[in-house]
Amino acid sequence: MLEIAGAEVFYGKAQVLQGLSLRLGRGEVVALLGRNGAGKTTTLKAAMQMLPLARGSVRLNGQEITGWPAYRVARAGLGYVPEERRIFTQLTVRENLETGRQKPREGLPHWQEEALFELFPNLAERAEARGKALSGGEQQMLTIARTLMGNPACLLLDEPSEGIAPVIVTEMARAILRLKRAGLSILLSEQSLPFARAVADRVAVIDHGRVVFEGSFAELDAAPEVTARHLAV
Amino acid sequence: MGLILAQILTGLANAGALFMVASGLSLIFGVTRIVNFAHGSFYMLGAYLGWSLMQVLPGSFGFWGAILLAWLGVGLIGALVEIVILRRVYAAPELFQLVATFGVILIVQDLALMIWGPEDLLGPRAPGLRGVVRILGEPVPKYDLALIALTPLVALALWALITRTRFGILVRAATQDREMVGALGVNQRWLFTATFALGCALAGLGGALQLPRGGADLLMDFTILTSVFVVVVVGGMGSLPGAYLASVLISVVGVFGVSYLPQSTLALTFVVMVAVLMWRPFGLLGREEVAGELGQVGPPEDPIAPASARMRLLVGMALAALAALPVYGSPFALVLATDIAIFCLFAASLHFLLGQAGLVSFGHAAFYGGGAYAAALLVRHAGAPMELALLLAPLIAGGLALGIGFVALRASGVYFAMLTLAFAQLLWSLVWQWAGVTGGSDGLIGIWPARWADSNTVFYLLSFALSVGGILTLRHAAHAPFGYALRAARDNAPRAAATGFDTRALQWAAFTFAGAMAGLAGGLFVFAKGSVFPNELEIARSFDALIVVFLGGVKTLSGGWVGGAVFEAGVDWLTRFDYWRLALGLVVLFIVTLAPQGLVGTARALWARVRP
Repeated sequence: MLEIAGAEVFYGKAQVLQGLSLRLGRGEVVALLGRNGAGKTTTLKAAMQMLPLARGSVRLNGQEITGWPAYRVARAGLGYVPEERRIFTQLTVRENLETGRQKPREGLPHWQEEALFELFPNLAERAEARGKALSGGEQQMLTIARTLMGNPACLLLDEPSEGIAPVIVTEMARAILRLKRAGLSILLSEQSLPFARAVADRVAVIDHGRVVFEGSFAELDAAPEVTARHLAV
Repeated sequence: MGLILAQILTGLANAGALFMVASGLSLIFGVTRIVNFAHGSFYMLGAYLGWSLMQVLPGSFGFWGAILLAWLGVGLIGALVEIVILRRVYAAPELFQLVATFGVILIVQDLALMIWGPEDLLGPRAPGLRGVVRILGEPVPKYDLALIALTPLVALALWALITRTRFGILVRAATQDREMVGALGVNQRWLFTATFALGCALAGLGGALQLPRGGADLLMDFTILTSVFVVVVVGGMGSLPGAYLASVLISVVGVFGVSYLPQSTLALTFVVMVAVLMWRPFGLLGREEVAGELGQVGPPEDPIAPASARMRLLVGMALAALAALPVYGSPFALVLATDIAIFCLFAASLHFLLGQAGLVSFGHAAFYGGGAYAAALLVRHAGAPMELALLLAPLIAGGLALGIGFVALRASGVYFAMLTLAFAQLLWSLVWQWAGVTGGSDGLIGIWPARWADSNTVFYLLSFALSVGGILTLRHAAHAPFGYALRAARDNAPRAAATGFDTRALQWAAFTFAGAMAGLAGGLFVFAKGSVFPNELEIARSFDALIVVFLGGVKTLSGGWVGGAVFEAGVDWLTRFDYWRLALGLVVLFIVTLAPQGLVGTARALWARVRP
């Protein structure tokens, strides 16, 4: 579904991704784990072509998308959900959803407002509220719902559980699993191992801009040195 | 009672065009982050296009059809400008985009002159709306009433477009976070083009609609621009209701000013503006986050370092060669070199403000012209000798900067920039209207240097010494702790404040310092020319300096004077042609699109590429 090969990304002179390679299969949920500054967000942004790749390539559904403008990547079926909930604070919930609207895609669910309100019931109650009036959890839901309006085949989720209330975290996990059942492929970055375990099929650990471990959670548990070296704070 | 009502109605009618131009400017800024300086030019084009169409289209249908076509036509021209020029400079630092719009102003001015000629065009009366209606005994033009009714309709349509359509939702979303809109699958290029075209079309509509009231002339572009900046600052950038409210407020105040305080129309407007800003720094209905910063985007510049010994030697030799110009140069070369030296000091002072303090002033001519007028007035009315006038010119200009800075620095970013322009324009109109003292449009003439400095050679040496001295002082300040503190405040104001700097006081000091240096240049200018006219204070003079600084390169310490020298020499050559503004505009656009780092920056980049 999504294939990142040998990606190198620089911020000025600092190299953040050092030849990172990653594969996401159709209908799969992969969790990208790593410490702060390991390159998780950069990986997702590079996949979305919001950051230029100095070397390497990204393929979506077998199609080379490296160097495309982000809007074309979005229209090709890759949905990006940023961290820190970049919703449009002056727009209402409904208007925020409208900004994400794209044409329906064959063989994939066609998201309409009703379906999204069913997925995130909190949003339904606040449809006419402005973005800035929402709670952190509601804003996070809105960010995801807004991206779903583009009917993506593959979703990039940046730290969906960060900074929201524990009750909402459970709800978020349930929503992600429902998206998976609906046929979406999901690559999510996480700092919380329990959350990743609850939603993901596989895990990829990154450190210093490289993938240092890839495998199932069972395999991760069997390799405590990986956790100690690359994840422990 | 009837008179007051009639005046309010005139004010409301005046507000129409102002609102249309201001809302277009505001809309464009929100989405593209470009302060479209050329917005007045689109207003002017709307008037001229409408006038031409009204000549060929007959009757009442023709009149309104012409306005509609002018609206569409200016929108199309706007789209063309966006696609051909602005698209190429979105990635460049924001200030470069401003320079690109200056280029558009120059080109439109000369094209309008070529096509429609220098005479003011009288606007045709609107069919069916000639004559007046008596309201409480006072005559009110019927067309005014039509405009009063039409403006809210346009405002309403615009409001519906922005709040009720997908286009409007995307425009508002892009105003907050352009990158995110792109990541959601929206092609920003067309969103930008559409917004720019819509904004320009609104300006064009405003221009065409006011034809029966004011006709069309070649000064319309700058005249409306000042009022529009005031409206946008008072109403709040990015707010349509704010733009409407402020347009009405400013227009009504203007009309009452004309009747009761005819000498101080503009001054009254400014009193209103200052009062609003003291109370709400982001305008009546503006929001802080919409204002944005006109700071330096792009990669951080390298830390500045004192010039190497070899470089000092080279510069020293070059200066010595220039000082020896009277020995080998022609008399004409001496006069030109004097002009260049003075202009370099003026440009370097603005460059200091922009580069070191990160303060983008659109009205630096206030201090250049202020210094010039201070010197001239001292000579004319106090009989001061040249030496005293040259000493006081920078002090008076500095004092002026102290006062203007006090108000303007309450705002930041684009608001600050617009305020400086508005103040410069206030000064210009004061000089223009106060003819008894300043000579008005006739200027002050016969202000010659003291006898000992009267020869071209001595005056050249004097200007050269003072200009180079001024530039070196500015340069020294950049290397001094003051310069370091300024750059800290520029790059990260909160952090600089947390380190113990009073950032506003620093900026205020820099603004005053730069103003004083510009005043010195202005003082020299008066004695070099023997005269001074209001155009040393006008917007075009401020723009000259801005263009120069960008041509030279903001992020290079020598950008100011290098750009100044190239510009002044180039303009001297260009003005020999009939349509030199057109040529200059094309040169500016050429440089902006091809050498976005400025002359010094590009030369450095080329040097880095060739050097082994």
